[in-house]
Amino acid sequence: MTHNELPLFYVFHVYFFGLVAMISAVCFVTRRSPVAAALWLVNTMFCLAALYVLLDAQFIGVMQVLVYAGAIMVVFLFVIMLLNLGHPSELDDARGIWWKLAAGGIGLAMLSQVLVLTKARLPESLVLPEGAIAEQIAKSGAIAPLAGPLFRDYLLAFEVTSVLLLAAIVGAVVLGKRKERGHAA
Amino acid sequence: MRAFFAPWMVGPNAEPTFLVWIVATLVKMIAVFTVYMVGVALLTLAERKISAWMQDRHGPNRVGKGWLQPVADGVKNFVKEETYPDAANLPLFILAPILSFVPALITWSVIPFAAPWGSVFGNIEMVLAPLPVGFLFILAISSLGVYGIVLAGWSSNNKYALLGGLRSSAQMISYEIAMGMSTIPVLLLAGNVSLSQIVNQQAFETWNVLNLTVAFLIFLVAAFAETNRLPFDLPEAESELITGYHTEYSSMKFSMFFIAEYANMVTASALMATLFFGGWDIPFTLWDNVAPHTALKTLLTLGCFATKTLFFVFLYMWIRWTLPRFRYDQLMSLGWKLMLPLALAYIVAVAATIVTLDALGFEHGSVPFHVGLVLLNTAAVVILFMIVDRGRLVSPAYSRLDRRDLEKLRAVSSPHRAQPVSQAGD
Repeated sequence: MTHNELPLFYVFHVYFFGLVAMISAVCFVTRRSPVAAALWLVNTMFCLAALYVLLDAQFIGVMQVLVYAGAIMVVFLFVIMLLNLGHPSELDDARGIWWKLAAGGIGLAMLSQVLVLTKARLPESLVLPEGAIAEQIAKSGAIAPLAGPLFRDYLLAFEVTSVLLLAAIVGAVVLGKRKERGHAA
Repeated sequence: MRAFFAPWMVGPNAEPTFLVWIVATLVKMIAVFTVYMVGVALLTLAERKISAWMQDRHGPNRVGKGWLQPVADGVKNFVKEETYPDAANLPLFILAPILSFVPALITWSVIPFAAPWGSVFGNIEMVLAPLPVGFLFILAISSLGVYGIVLAGWSSNNKYALLGGLRSSAQMISYEIAMGMSTIPVLLLAGNVSLSQIVNQQAFETWNVLNLTVAFLIFLVAAFAETNRLPFDLPEAESELITGYHTEYSSMKFSMFFIAEYANMVTASALMATLFFGGWDIPFTLWDNVAPHTALKTLLTLGCFATKTLFFVFLYMWIRWTLPRFRYDQLMSLGWKLMLPLALAYIVAVAATIVTLDALGFEHGSVPFHVGLVLLNTAAVVILFMIVDRGRLVSPAYSRLDRRDLEKLRAVSSPHRAQPVSQAGD
């Protein structure tokens, strides 16, 4: 699919949100204040949500905002404030040159992967016809096309994921309890 | 003239052309924004008048017999000095009121406020953005409102403001979950998350408040907590935290928090009307829900929607001047130990009932189907209020104290009178 086939406002918004997301992501890793970094990350997630909506995945877009921007990042901010980590002077930059090199290497690898993917031809079975998703949303709402496979074909994987989350919750509770007892002694 | 407009006159039942759609959307945006802002200004007056009425006072009665009081307040806020605390984080300090103001406005864009209007230029929907994920959009955007409060508290560099911000983030996250869970039964019945379809389903069947009273009550309480209104206004509990997160704000920045609070209140009221009271549906008649969609129907349904919304706004104020503030532990235990499990249990009960009724062969939306739901609902309400609660959890702010707690309190307040409570006491 070339860009010429897509309407101008669509292409404009894809590039606009993509660019803002990338700038925010760069700001996120370069800011020294944790609060500012967290806010740039929120902005990145917001732009990603907009990109999902442009790809007709409105439900995923809304979930991105609701779960990541609205809940997880708020908890992050909460922790940053509660521990009073908000001021840059209180943090020492523990990352050495090797970590920075490794991070840069991973970034380059992913970038080259993206470049390869843009050149790759997808197999026909993975490509939906033009407007198929919009048509399905108009017919049965934004959630049914997603919920059907999730609760029928992939039910086991879905339920197993919930066990994973439960394990994380139990772990958090255990850690919280242990800390309390240790300090009291 | 007629010939000039002819290309756009597609008739009342057809989709409007792109140009008409753009113009209509712009007009709707300006209209909604204006009505919303003026309405919010008038609500501050209404709040003061209602509080005065409930406390047997006159309320504001000087500036234009009281009616121009919001104007006076606005002018005052514009000309006041802007103060910035020395150690504040200035960019975030300025960003915070914006972040609290904008989500409050955006949420309104997906709420359908009247029946569609079948004009000569096509069928114009009375909603700014008829999103297929309308309801989830509201949840997502309103969950962003907490950023404004948290950042205001943190960037002020003031311990009271920080405590207010922390309290509010904990409170809003806790009640957001209960709020989201309480609406799942509504989505189960509607089979969709688009608000227009939820309104339609209620119009042709029954209002959700009759089918899902428990969900409505949970939503009501959670909406109060989400908007930080009494009895849940702990983020700005003035007796403990001065005014919490906006302690350091002055002039129009303070005003933006104030407007955001009222805007959130209106949005929550509109949401309650839409999800549980049929939205713009006129009760006991289907005349307003079917074509032809005339301008008269649009106006009448708009009036109906406004009436429902304003009733809930009044309820907000009524409760504010009636109930005292919760303690923080009461707030948290109500949210996590009562409302969340209750909402989860209710989802299971409603889903089981729907599946059972389906299996018994009652069609979705038929009379026996709704009789079944109403029966379940009655049973749930009876169980909730008569058996589980008995005046303890629903009204914990003034519930009876445990005998031991009461003795402890009395011993503290007057040591010389400390003695066991008599049997007739408490």
